[in-house]
Amino acid sequence: MASTAARRVTYLNHEHSVASWLLTKDHKRIGLMYLVVVTMAFFVGGLFATVIRLELATPAGDLLSSDDYNKMFTMHGVAMVFFVLIPAVPAILGNFVLPLMLGAKDVAFPKLNLLSWYIFVIGFLFTVYAMVTGGVDTGWTFYTPYSSRASNSNVMMTGLGVFITGFSSILTGLNFVVTIHRMRAPGLTWFRLPLFVWAVYATSLVQILGTPVIAITVLALAIERFLHFGIFDPVLGGDPVLFQHMFWFYSHPAVYIMILPPMGAISEVIACFSRKSIFGYSFVAFSSLAIAIFGFLVWAHHMFVSGISVYSALVFSFLTYAVAVPSAVKTFNWTATMYKGAIWLKAPMIWAIAFLALFLVGGLTGLITAALGVDVHIHDTYFVVAHFHFIMVGGAVMGFFAGLHFWWPKITGRMYSEIWAKVAAIIVLSGFILTFGPQFILGYLGMPRRYHVYPPEFQVLNVLSSAGASILAVGYLFVGIYLTASLFWGEEAGDNPWHSTGLEWTTQSPPLPHNFATQPVVTEEAYEYSRREIKVV
Amino acid sequence: MASRVDNLYFFIVAVTAFFAVLVSVLVIFFAAKYHTKDPLAVGQPIHGSIPLELAWSIIPFLISIVIFAWAADVFFDLQRPPDQTIEIYSVAKRWMWKFQHLDGQNEINELHVPVGRAVKVTFTSEDVLHSMFFPSFRVKADAIPGRYSTVWFTATKVGEYHLFCAEYCGTKHSGMIGKVIVMEPAAYQAWLTGGPGAGSLSQRGEELFNDLACNTCHRSDGSGRGPSLVNKFGAPQELANGTSVAVDEAYVRESILTPQVKLVAGYQPLMPTFQGLLSEENVMALVEYVKSLKTATSGVSNVSAAGPGETPPAAVQENR
Repeated sequence: MASTAARRVTYLNHEHSVASWLLTKDHKRIGLMYLVVVTMAFFVGGLFATVIRLELATPAGDLLSSDDYNKMFTMHGVAMVFFVLIPAVPAILGNFVLPLMLGAKDVAFPKLNLLSWYIFVIGFLFTVYAMVTGGVDTGWTFYTPYSSRASNSNVMMTGLGVFITGFSSILTGLNFVVTIHRMRAPGLTWFRLPLFVWAVYATSLVQILGTPVIAITVLALAIERFLHFGIFDPVLGGDPVLFQHMFWFYSHPAVYIMILPPMGAISEVIACFSRKSIFGYSFVAFSSLAIAIFGFLVWAHHMFVSGISVYSALVFSFLTYAVAVPSAVKTFNWTATMYKGAIWLKAPMIWAIAFLALFLVGGLTGLITAALGVDVHIHDTYFVVAHFHFIMVGGAVMGFFAGLHFWWPKITGRMYSEIWAKVAAIIVLSGFILTFGPQFILGYLGMPRRYHVYPPEFQVLNVLSSAGASILAVGYLFVGIYLTASLFWGEEAGDNPWHSTGLEWTTQSPPLPHNFATQPVVTEEAYEYSRREIKVV
Repeated sequence: MASRVDNLYFFIVAVTAFFAVLVSVLVIFFAAKYHTKDPLAVGQPIHGSIPLELAWSIIPFLISIVIFAWAADVFFDLQRPPDQTIEIYSVAKRWMWKFQHLDGQNEINELHVPVGRAVKVTFTSEDVLHSMFFPSFRVKADAIPGRYSTVWFTATKVGEYHLFCAEYCGTKHSGMIGKVIVMEPAAYQAWLTGGPGAGSLSQRGEELFNDLACNTCHRSDGSGRGPSLVNKFGAPQELANGTSVAVDEAYVRESILTPQVKLVAGYQPLMPTFQGLLSEENVMALVEYVKSLKTATSGVSNVSAAGPGETPPAAVQENR
């Protein structure tokens, strides 16, 4: 079977040298290079998480010193947020499928795209260097004045890594916006675009507008730490709460950078495996833009007990409920898409349903954390930890896996083991629920986050959580193993194994170096399964 | 208050659980009912429905408004202590909580309070951010260097309850814990009077007021170079820049540490800054002393001696 694949010229086999990868301007190869780095970061972040859950299996701090524990959760957060969740879907899947979905040869600025990858890698290397030369212990939130005055760890080296990586995110966003505006195939009007493209478009806007703020914040922190120029430290005449405003002005929209593209991938998967047009296409498309815009207006809901005024708390609570509506609209539309569909329960659809279950819990518990009177109690407890893991891991990572399983045959030309993929989805889903479900209860009972040692009454729930984490780790390892195995032993996928209507499925798998043999022309809306004569491959 | 927070919480949990179950049941039902093994089968061509879109936009929004309003109402009451409270000062520092009772008792990582009385804690941090969290009373507020925060609660049952630091503050963040000991009122009174007689907080404040020579300018008859401080607390104050400010703990603190920032109208910027010269505990003693300078109560309590070679104490205590 390998022999037939080898005869076709694909983006993978037309050049073989190391330089042909490291100097490539092909969006598909760059997407794969992101996959390699992000997988490494996921492994590093996962290792830290494993140590955290091991430590928390007992109430005493018996595995690590407190300083080391503090470094573990900090570096877990830094690795996962900046080097996994933010780049995962846009930089890996977005890079790979966006030009294919548009019927384009590449992104608008291929050299800039390669530069983005190098900037990302340099930022990652700085961060890894900070980690191996002593680590950082500020929490991934870098709150002042602890980060500017008290911490003796590698704060600025880590900050530099985050600062550098931000430029990669800005340039990728810029590249995608221009690509979507300028590179659409003839006939591919805005309202014929797949919803993944809308989601990536909305995300790119957030990346371009939000990321500079985190760069400014890190720079201000460096100015205070090195030059003792008072910006955030009250002893120097600064305001520590100002840091939180600046930090969350980026980092809340960053949550939408993490979750919008997976939402887009979920729209693709659900439409394809329901064999139906997505229900309420324009509502799903515009809800992405609404989330991107409203996402900039809710940052201070992270600060209800941080010393902001009662009235600003009211405004930010209200706006947070407003941003919940477009997310609810998406969820209802996905559900309605399945109504009277022809539902083909292949592995990507199983991952998508698992996404729905977890995103539902993550989103709905957001209504609890946004409620002022309740948030005073649950802020900075495990309730919040559970809530954002349901969004970021249950939502973003599950959505990434749904998309990865969906496009894997296109990316590699191979099929993974269907049964293993389904089993892994169920293992990850149940491990996840067991890990983070008990944390909601822990939080409401009052266990604060970032606690190395905790009162013994919280042990049972912590043991459940650690047990769940070990199941989760097994699930993720399965995914790594069967996907890797599919590269060597997987069956040939064919050009369109899911019988999808998307443009990316009209070219061969893996695609040609320049994507399409002839310029595709689009004559219909997205997801027109009912009007389409499906080609049997 | 704790039960009000819980009622709200369980209401939101019930509402969200309803929607979680609704969507989950629909997804599973659709996946089972419309399941097919034929990869060439297609679904029915349904593109959407405006009434449905409006319904599932507007109904969740209206439910959100109800939650928002209820939660805001609870929040207002959590933020605004009642008029009659037992006042306690606290300073957070890495990694301990120091509590100061008005009667002079000091405690570290323990807080004794009577059952059934509203307790208000006014606190700040001496170093980095901390957060005072009483999970049993459902209250929390960050301790911010340079600012005063408050939490208030009423304990309804005798017993011991957790105090946690909820804002990450470094090495022993998880060791920065303590307990609230809720006592019967009689036992509480006995405890209050049982400790070493260090003098009340306002007495200590008064000593500082004299030692630091604050009393040479802040004469009670207003004849000094600074304004009289009698009856100032709780009243609005006109400032030199034309605005006015409510005299609360935060304003008194700010006026001690950085007096020029909000200068009282009609006075020259002569007062030196005490930033960096006073510990937070001493600032709190001074604040409490300023609070105690009321016409109704003065003349009874203030007969203590001034520092040697200073203006007679009468200047501070006299009524006008």
